[in-house]
Amino acid sequence: MYITVENRKTYVYTGARTFDHELESIVFVHGAALDHTVWLLQSRYFAHHRRNVLAVDLPGHGRTAGPPAGTIPDMADWLWSFVDAMGIEKVVLVGHSMGSLVTLEAAARCPERVIRLALLGSAVPMPVAEPLLTAARENQHAGFDMINIWGHSPVAQMGGNEAPGMWMTGSAIRLLERAGPGILFNDLNACNEYGHGLDSAARVACPTLMIAGRSDIMTPLKVARDLVAAIPDARLSILACGHLLMAEKPNEVLDELIPFIGPPP
Amino acid sequence: MKNQPGYIKFDTLSLHAGQQPDAQHGARAVPIYQTTSYVFRDTDQAAAIFNGERAGHVYSRITNPTNAVLEERISALEGGVGAIATASGQAAMHLAITTILGAGSHIVSSRSLYGGSHNLLSYTLPRFGIEATFVDPRDPEAFRAAIRPETRLLFGEVLGNPGLDILNVPRVARVAEEHGIPLLLDSTFATPYLFKPFDHGAHLVFHSATKFLGGHGVAIGGLLVDSGIFDWEASGRFPTLTEPYEGFHNLVFTEEYGPAAFIMRARKEGARDFGACMSPTTAFHILQGMETLPLRMQRHIDNTRALVRFLDQHEAVDSVVYPELPDHPDHGLAQELLPKGCGAVFSFVIKGGREAGRRFIESLQVFSHLANVGDAKSLVIHPASTTHHRMDARALAAAGIEEGTVRLSVGLEDPDDLMQDLERALRRSQKT
Repeated sequence: MYITVENRKTYVYTGARTFDHELESIVFVHGAALDHTVWLLQSRYFAHHRRNVLAVDLPGHGRTAGPPAGTIPDMADWLWSFVDAMGIEKVVLVGHSMGSLVTLEAAARCPERVIRLALLGSAVPMPVAEPLLTAARENQHAGFDMINIWGHSPVAQMGGNEAPGMWMTGSAIRLLERAGPGILFNDLNACNEYGHGLDSAARVACPTLMIAGRSDIMTPLKVARDLVAAIPDARLSILACGHLLMAEKPNEVLDELIPFIGPPP
Repeated sequence: MKNQPGYIKFDTLSLHAGQQPDAQHGARAVPIYQTTSYVFRDTDQAAAIFNGERAGHVYSRITNPTNAVLEERISALEGGVGAIATASGQAAMHLAITTILGAGSHIVSSRSLYGGSHNLLSYTLPRFGIEATFVDPRDPEAFRAAIRPETRLLFGEVLGNPGLDILNVPRVARVAEEHGIPLLLDSTFATPYLFKPFDHGAHLVFHSATKFLGGHGVAIGGLLVDSGIFDWEASGRFPTLTEPYEGFHNLVFTEEYGPAAFIMRARKEGARDFGACMSPTTAFHILQGMETLPLRMQRHIDNTRALVRFLDQHEAVDSVVYPELPDHPDHGLAQELLPKGCGAVFSFVIKGGREAGRRFIESLQVFSHLANVGDAKSLVIHPASTTHHRMDARALAAAGIEEGTVRLSVGLEDPDDLMQDLERALRRSQKT
């Protein structure tokens, strides 16, 4: 559905369910140059298990009008504006990659409003390789290719998708190609410049789950562990996959999220 | 760029794409999951798979683990987002059309088509309210001129039948884009080894996997591949993908699946309701063939080129139709779009008409006389004495066939043996 947030037409996927103010809400935040469709299975599951699901397209992404927010703190502020526009006080936050930084920062800014926080494919800092930044800055297709190749584990690049008949790297590149000019650079630059993540991590007040890929070379496990250590009440779960966890291990991600988020209140 | 990461290459994908070694037993070959259905872990998992909340299999009409490997493999080789394995190439074509078209819609099609495709468009689909207009595949502007307000698909074969007309895919794709209509191609004769339609702007591709993909003449099957490129929402002409679907809890495919909207609708509706699914054993046979696709296609092409040269210079042959020959109308386009070769099916005209053709066919020893193409073994057919035997010379000419036309599907045998077989049969064909 569409709502207006800060005078901007904003799209949020609700799992094809009507929003219900009586239910607890889970906000899913996608990564760089992606959109809500990366959360397809997870969002559908919770939407059909008595939760509001709000898989939002960030400004300038998917169906939400631009321009994009240029920094992680600005994205986090916008996320709270979105939650306010929905008329919700407290939420569960789930973020992937750049979206994990957005949710981390959001949880640090308003710790009292976050029930639980799940970070997928996350690390602080999240430096971006110079060739990738350069390709993204120049809107070269090579930028999408680098994300696609580095984002999947070597095993996944051969396929074997849990979703029958779907080619993982083919699906990912088509989604990335839908991002408008400058979006990938905007997002990667925001990740690259997000410098106070560990300070923000210390301010998170809710139970936190980190789901990391053992073969993730974009947010390596070693750095992910440092982030988990910086969050007061956090635990780490490791899956046998790369950075694009929801594509490589959709069922396993769900198996981690279901007990962490718990039964509906 | 030296330090830039690279994708896995075509030959490796032909062998591996879509498969992880069997986790339970370590089987290296793709296991044949000859099962109709799958045991659920619990009721929550069952409901979640049914409702698209978890990935998994329910019933083999819709998905099957062996078929899924094949579907991923052709997607990988074509550069698509996903694919569906079907009972035949015709089933794949039907699935593509019925996923996005309904009564009152219209197709602009090349007129150089496989007979089965022509029948579907000319006689069968009109009974269901879908009409087609046929145009010259050599004239991309003819596609534009035939587009009506209700046109929802452009269609053609990469290598047309029977004259190997080459569709100017980039130009027809541009016409399609300009009108917000997808371009569907039958790429059976080309295979992704020779031509990758999505790299040239096509949106959807299907194959008769019975032919070169399977490659051994042992299994009938089809594959429909979605590029994920076409913007269904921007077009605004495809409500099956952009509006709530009552048949699946008001799911809106473009919202849920983004670039994979088409192939997901094809599976959730077409595979479910029309049910033209592939047997897992067939999928295994086709996968075995695809493992050697690059090697076989190169040999098919090498042999074809040798036979084209041989026949083109033979005194018993009037003409040879192959786009790599300078006098073929699409010679220039062939060099541009199909530099690796124009397939291994071509025709030539034997001197002496219908009777010479009959004697030629009956004198061959290595070539098999049958109605198929794309086998590892060389095949031959003489339309005037078999498939088109009721037609007189004038009717044959209207179909682009002469009384002496012979069609060859060149296999993988030693080219010397093939040429010797042709030489012997050509000699006998000319004896009166």
